[in-house]
Amino acid sequence: MNKNIDTKKIIISNPLKLDCGKEINNFPIAYETYGELNSEKSNAILVFHALTGDQYVSGKNPITNKDGWWSYVVGENKPIDTNKFFVICANVIGGCMGSYGPSTINEPTGKQIGTDFPIITINDMVNAQYELIKYFEIEKLFAVVGGSMGGMQVLQFVANFPDKAKLAIPIACTSSHSAQNIAFNELGRQAIMADSKWENGFYSNYKLNPDKGLAVARMAAHITYLSEKGLQEKFGRKLQDRDSLRYGFEADFQIESYLRYQGSVFVDRFDANSYLYITRAMDYFDLSKQYKGNLSDAFKETKTKFFVISFTSDWLYPTSENREIVIALNSIGADVGFVEIESDKGHDSFLLDVPSFLKTLGDYINSTYKVINERRI
Amino acid sequence: MKEEFNIISNLIEENTRVLDVGCGYGDLMKFLQENKTKDIRGLEISKEKVQNCLSKGLTVIEGNAESDLKQFPKSSFDYVILSQTLQAFLNPELVISELLKVGKKVIVTIPNFGYWRVRLQLLFKGTMPVTENLPHEWYNTPNLHMCTIKDFYNFCSSKNIKIFKSIALKKSRISEINKSNLNYKNLDSHLGIFLIES
Repeated sequence: MNKNIDTKKIIISNPLKLDCGKEINNFPIAYETYGELNSEKSNAILVFHALTGDQYVSGKNPITNKDGWWSYVVGENKPIDTNKFFVICANVIGGCMGSYGPSTINEPTGKQIGTDFPIITINDMVNAQYELIKYFEIEKLFAVVGGSMGGMQVLQFVANFPDKAKLAIPIACTSSHSAQNIAFNELGRQAIMADSKWENGFYSNYKLNPDKGLAVARMAAHITYLSEKGLQEKFGRKLQDRDSLRYGFEADFQIESYLRYQGSVFVDRFDANSYLYITRAMDYFDLSKQYKGNLSDAFKETKTKFFVISFTSDWLYPTSENREIVIALNSIGADVGFVEIESDKGHDSFLLDVPSFLKTLGDYINSTYKVINERRI
Repeated sequence: MKEEFNIISNLIEENTRVLDVGCGYGDLMKFLQENKTKDIRGLEISKEKVQNCLSKGLTVIEGNAESDLKQFPKSSFDYVILSQTLQAFLNPELVISELLKVGKKVIVTIPNFGYWRVRLQLLFKGTMPVTENLPHEWYNTPNLHMCTIKDFYNFCSSKNIKIFKSIALKKSRISEINKSNLNYKNLDSHLGIFLIES
C-alpha cells in the first residue's frame, strides 16, 4: 500500500477527463514489464489486472514476496512466453500499488487523498493505461488480455481503440455487471464503511486502518471466487487443529480458518479505499449501455480477433454472460473464438493451474502470433 | 475423407466467407484455409475438439448448431458446410433451415444409408449395419436420423430447397446425381454431397 514502493512509474501530463466529469492530470501510472520489445514493436501484450491484482504479473511480487498473480500464464516458457513476448501490466488508477489512487499523497497537504479521490470507471482505467502504450511508442499491440475485471478492460480497450490490438482475450468476465455482482460488491463496501476505523475514508489522517472491515469484504468476496464443489472437496466439515467442536466462535472449521487467513493477509497488501473505488468501477461497467443498449456497436469499428474463455464452475461471471459477448461479436461478423473450460475451481480458475486452460490459451496465442506474422511477410 | 474435402473445396469460390458446422478437429477448416479461403470459422459442440482447434489457431466457437446458429446474422456466410453431421442432430429439419438462413449457400454431405453394402448387412445379417463410414454399433451410435441420398434429395424438393449440385462418391469415384440416375446412385454410393440454397 504505497509503502514507498520502488516501482516503475510514468507521470501522465495529458489531462484525462473522467466519466464523473472531473479532470485529472500529472498523475502517476505504475507498471511492470517482462521480456523484450522487438525492433518492429510487434510482440507487445498488454495484460489488465483484476480487482485486487497489480502490475506484478509474474516473477516475485516485491511487496508480498509471493509469486506474481498470473505466474501460471506469464513468464519464460509459460503460455504467454516472455522469451517471445513483451508483456506490460499497469496498476489501474484507483489502485494502491503506485498508480494514482485514494492512497496517493496529496502534495500540498502531505495527506492521502482518501475519499476526495474522484469516482473512476473501467473506461477511465483503460484510457489512463493507453498513455502507457503511447509512452512505449507501440503503434499496435499484438494482444490485450485479462480475466475478470481485466477482461472488462479488454472489452473497453477494443471499444475505445479499435485499431490498437490485433488480438483480444477477455477471460471469465462480463460486458455488464449483474445485480448479483453489484450485490456482492456492496456487501464488501458496507463491511469496510461499517468499520469505525474507516473514518469516512480519511483513516490515514488518524493513523488508522479499517482492517476488520476490509478483511470481511475479502472473505465474502473470496467465497464468490470458488465453487461449491471446490469448497466441499477441499474443506468439507474438516476441523482446524482440533479433534472436536469447542462450542464457541473460534475457527473450529478449516474453512473458517482459511477465510480468516485470506482476510488477514489481504489487509497487509491492499488499501480499503482502493477496494471501494475499484468495486464501484466494476459495478458501473455496462458496455452495452455505453452504446445505447447494443453491445455489438461497441465492436463494429474493429478488426481485432477475439478469443473469449469462460469456466464451467464460475458462477460470478458465468458462461452465459461470456457467451453474450460472443453473440454480440458474431452478430457483426467479427472474428471470434470461444470455449468454456471444464474446471471445478470457480471464478478463480483463470488464476490457477488449470491445464486445459493454460494449454489452449498458450497454443492459441502462439499459433495466432505465427499466422499474423506470416501474413505480414 | 480427402476426396470429400476436395469435392467440398471445388464447390467453394476463393476468398469467400465460410462456416464449418460440426468442425470436429478442424481438418476440413485447415484444408480449406490452405486451398481456398482464410476467412473460415467453425462451430463445434465438443469441448475437447474446440480446444484442439483453438490450439491450432483456428477460429472456433463452442456451441450447438441446434441452438447457437441463431446468433449469426442472416446470410452472414457465403458458404455453410455440414459435413457428415446432419444425421446426428435431434432435429435435422430445423438445422437445415437454420443453415439456409445463415449461409447464402449450404454444403451438406451425408453418409448414404442406401448404399448397397449397408442394405446387404441388414438384409442378410439382420443386424444394424456397421461399415467403414458408419463404424458405430446401434447402442453407441451418435447417429439419430440416418438417411439415404434419395431421402435427402426428396427432402429438398418437398421443402422447395434448390439443389445446385449433387455429387455421389463411391470410394474415390465421383459422379453427378440427377433425377434419372437417383435410384442407382442411391444404391451405389457411400456419400452424397449437396450444394443447396433456400
